[in-house]
Amino acid sequence: MSEHAKVSRSEPKASEGHRNGAVIELAGVHKAFGRQPVLRGVDLRINEGETTTILGGSGSGKSVCLKHMIGLLRPDRGRVRILDTDITDLPEHALVETRTAVSMIFQSAALFDSLSVFENVAYPLREHRRWTEEQVAERVAESLAAVGLSGVERKMPAELSGGMRKRVGVARGVALEPRVILYDEPTTGLDPANQRRIGDLIRTLQSELHMTSVVVTHELDLCFAVSDRVALLKDGRIAAQGSADEMRESGDSAVRDFLDGVRDTPDDLQGGNSHA
Amino acid sequence: MSAPTRAAAQEIVRLGDRVLDAIDRLGRFFQLAGHTARSALQPRFPWFEVLVQIESIGARSSTIVLITALFSGMVLALQTGIALTRFGAKPYVGAVVGLSLARELGPVLTALMVGGRVGAGITAEIGAMQVTEQVDAIRSMGADPVQKLVLPRVIAATIALPLLTMLADVIGVLGGLALSWVQFGIDPNFYLQTIDNTVHVEDMLSGIAKTIVFGWLIAMVGCATALETTGGTVGVGRATTRTVVVASIGVLITDFFLTQLMVIL
Repeated sequence: MSEHAKVSRSEPKASEGHRNGAVIELAGVHKAFGRQPVLRGVDLRINEGETTTILGGSGSGKSVCLKHMIGLLRPDRGRVRILDTDITDLPEHALVETRTAVSMIFQSAALFDSLSVFENVAYPLREHRRWTEEQVAERVAESLAAVGLSGVERKMPAELSGGMRKRVGVARGVALEPRVILYDEPTTGLDPANQRRIGDLIRTLQSELHMTSVVVTHELDLCFAVSDRVALLKDGRIAAQGSADEMRESGDSAVRDFLDGVRDTPDDLQGGNSHA
Repeated sequence: MSAPTRAAAQEIVRLGDRVLDAIDRLGRFFQLAGHTARSALQPRFPWFEVLVQIESIGARSSTIVLITALFSGMVLALQTGIALTRFGAKPYVGAVVGLSLARELGPVLTALMVGGRVGAGITAEIGAMQVTEQVDAIRSMGADPVQKLVLPRVIAATIALPLLTMLADVIGVLGGLALSWVQFGIDPNFYLQTIDNTVHVEDMLSGIAKTIVFGWLIAMVGCATALETTGGTVGVGRATTRTVVVASIGVLITDFFLTQLMVIL
């Protein structure tokens, strides 16, 4: 069988999910904002311990897809299963346990402007751990050291560069030692050195802490540097998925169009949507 | 269908959409209000944040309230003095000023001034957090943004507004006293005596009671608008304007119904 043929176009069944080692499973997920459909039946499985990258053009719905994986958005149709729990219809307060096991790193880092770096990283610890101040300080220091930012505890987010903000966001994300980390465009807007640093960080967290990672990006360098598996989101569906090597060598037209930079009109030209 | 009929039909559809949208917004507003009330009963009550907000909403609004009350009291005394002179009742300026301030002007002017400053501030702050995904970040960390952001501001506003109104009443009366003395030569002791004879505790209480509702309304409108902010910094600007307009109109409409209610009671 050729490498090309290994790129799967078949989608996982809803019930296969965690039984096959999946920690996150989206089954037939549809989502629209107003009259604008963004996801039109996404089927995707994230396997434990792997780094999966969701590739797609701007406005293709990658971030929307990611936000479903932590319950920040709810599907109009379809099911979302995270760590053996179907969260599709769970009320917000019932998601707390899931959200301590799954962290999200936001595109803008989403640090709290009014809190210092220390307080930002300590936030989830204060929320979910009944620790002493010493224990909190120790974990904050460990988390910042893990992202190469020791000693910035007292700074305010406004005093940090874009790359540092993203890394503080990652430090906050790993503070609770989650099982899964979701990265939303982690390198967008960063210089090449910081892009490499973030890519290294994602790989290190996976190899040393055995975290499952989902990365949403449109940057191919990052994608192939960190990914075990790659899924291509196009027209609101997973158009193709496979291992990083399979996708790189794929002859599938959708994959080749994206990897070779062929714009996919008219959808792209119509502008996608602001939520994606 | 003729062109005018079609245009009329479209207008009716548009109007219907607007009505449905307004009902939808109102529904979401009361949903948030319910969520806020429930969040007060959850563990980890945000005491510290409530104190921070009382300082931010209350103490930092005192200057604007003080200036507004001082000049409103003086203008009220001036206009009242001129009007009462025609009936030979000039010495009773204090009674009119005191009653007006205690029952209506103190609460409503304070609410409008604080509504503009605090409502806009709340929407700008939380709206910016909303568009920069900080609200989502709170949710993603398993915390409740309503308990963290909305509840402290609502409690702080319902506590701060009555206190600010009492300050406004006192300063307004003193402004009126100064003007009456200088402009109309009314003896300050007599001015205060007429207030003491005319303004009863229930007049003060009816005004103060209204401001508890106004404080709740201003903070709720500010937070509800903020949490629905979309569209980046332009969206934050639009949301802030909307809050000032809705909170101000809301205060005036609520004032009418509360006054009616108090008259009945």
